[in-house]
Amino acid sequence: MPEASPFIGFRTLLYKEVLRFWKVAIQTVAAPVLNALLFLLIFSHVLDRHVTVYGGVAYTAFLVPGLVMMSLLQNAFANSSSSLIQSKITGNIIFVLLPPLSYRAFFAAYVLAAVLRGLLVAVGVWLMSACFVLTPIAHPLWALAFAVLGGALLATFGVIAGIWADKFDQLATFQNFLVMPLTMLSGVFYSIHSLPPLWQQISHFNPFFYMIDGFRYSFFGQSDASPWLSLGVVSLCFALLAALTLRMLATGYKLRG
Amino acid sequence: MTLPAIRVRAVTKCYGALQALAGIDLEVAQGEFFGLLGPNGAGKTTLISALAGLVRPTSGQLEVMGHDVATDYRNARLRLGVVPQELVFDPFFTVRELLRIQSGYFGYRHNDDWIDEILHHLDLIPKADANMRTLSGGMKRRVLVAQALVHRPPVIVLDEPTAGVDVELRQGLWQFVKKLNADGHTIVLTTHYLEEAQALCGRIAMMKAGRIVALDTTSHLLSSFASRSLKVRVELGDVALELGGTAAGEWVEFGFDEPGEVEILLARLRQAGAGVLELAVGGADLERVFVEVMRRA
Repeated sequence: MPEASPFIGFRTLLYKEVLRFWKVAIQTVAAPVLNALLFLLIFSHVLDRHVTVYGGVAYTAFLVPGLVMMSLLQNAFANSSSSLIQSKITGNIIFVLLPPLSYRAFFAAYVLAAVLRGLLVAVGVWLMSACFVLTPIAHPLWALAFAVLGGALLATFGVIAGIWADKFDQLATFQNFLVMPLTMLSGVFYSIHSLPPLWQQISHFNPFFYMIDGFRYSFFGQSDASPWLSLGVVSLCFALLAALTLRMLATGYKLRG
Repeated sequence: MTLPAIRVRAVTKCYGALQALAGIDLEVAQGEFFGLLGPNGAGKTTLISALAGLVRPTSGQLEVMGHDVATDYRNARLRLGVVPQELVFDPFFTVRELLRIQSGYFGYRHNDDWIDEILHHLDLIPKADANMRTLSGGMKRRVLVAQALVHRPPVIVLDEPTAGVDVELRQGLWQFVKKLNADGHTIVLTTHYLEEAQALCGRIAMMKAGRIVALDTTSHLLSSFASRSLKVRVELGDVALELGGTAAGEWVEFGFDEPGEVEILLARLRQAGAGVLELAVGGADLERVFVEVMRRA
């Protein structure tokens, strides 16, 4: 046998994780795109004539970046968390634990695959939203930075949830009581300037707000908070969660008994 | 001096108050066909899991081909193939995809020649492109064996590989494993089928409650612990039992070491009036040894 390469191990795990969601793309990519479009259809139909944001941006256009980012974040979380919990419950996680994969390679592969799924869904939502309204991206680099960092943050959170949870209902707790409320209350459907002062203040403690708001800046060049502040908050949150996850993996928490 | 294939030194593993491994010391030489036997809960799977890095021991040290499984895990795991006890599989992939992926995890690409060879030996070629979900239990078991071999490890651990497997597959599997052993691979086998262990293993360790309670060559275990057996069906079974036999259905079984003891036993039965209807003499078997070792431990 030739010399074994650690990089091939990482690349294979990444490939396998991508193949895993791609083989069921109707469920993992097409369905979330449809969900986001239904949100867009209903909210824009009800509110477009009544609400304008940032002094002139139509509500439907305002909604698009928020929905794109919300879909990205939710699917990045769903990918890493569901892959891990399924592998743990069915027992096939053993095939990843027996080989000489480093914990860093393990982390990077799960997070990258989840980010890729999030980006695919995000691009799908954005392209399909053109059926309702055209929302060109004013600052593509900002969009890419927030998409990748936000996706990586939620993918990392998904790894933590997938490792920690022993049952599907424990994982659903993360999804239903953390990810979903924090996303919904992050300004996907509204500008926080439309909120009472107290709720505006509270919103600033929600990291999802910075991901959505920063991403929205890349479309309109306007946002509720400075994009630099948003980038800093998202980067810091990712760094903290990544450090925690790497620590969990290095010690074998709940994976190596 | 050649490095042992496996070296286990003073390994303990505690789960709270439960001591799953209570100080295991063990060496398996390269090229051995080694049996690890014990009742359920004896610690066999925990020991194998510790060797594979799936479980972190509370104390002690484990090495595979001289590589510490904790500090030099990369080299240790490259040299170890494990067939797990549970029938686990990834439902998203075909057999060939799964083997390519497993090979990649170990750092090997373009490994199709070896994958084809494994598929051929395990009679999996017709199922190579079938999804794992569609395979029977026996076929899934073969794929588990294939996955453990995909990186050509010199040390192969088979944790009850024939549980729930039909006779034909079992024979085919043992032929393949014997060939691997003949080619120089070290084999460690755990099984509840003691006749398999007796036929295949050159050396055996028996575990109970996290400890090794017997460790010797198979032939020495057989000769030192038991003995062959005389089974008799008699008119008065109770009388035969009073003479030290053990009940085995309609039969009563006696152990003996020397052929001359048979004559003495039969004479005692005759004297006691327990007329012998049928008799059978059996060779020493590992099951009797196992029962005796577990009783004494």
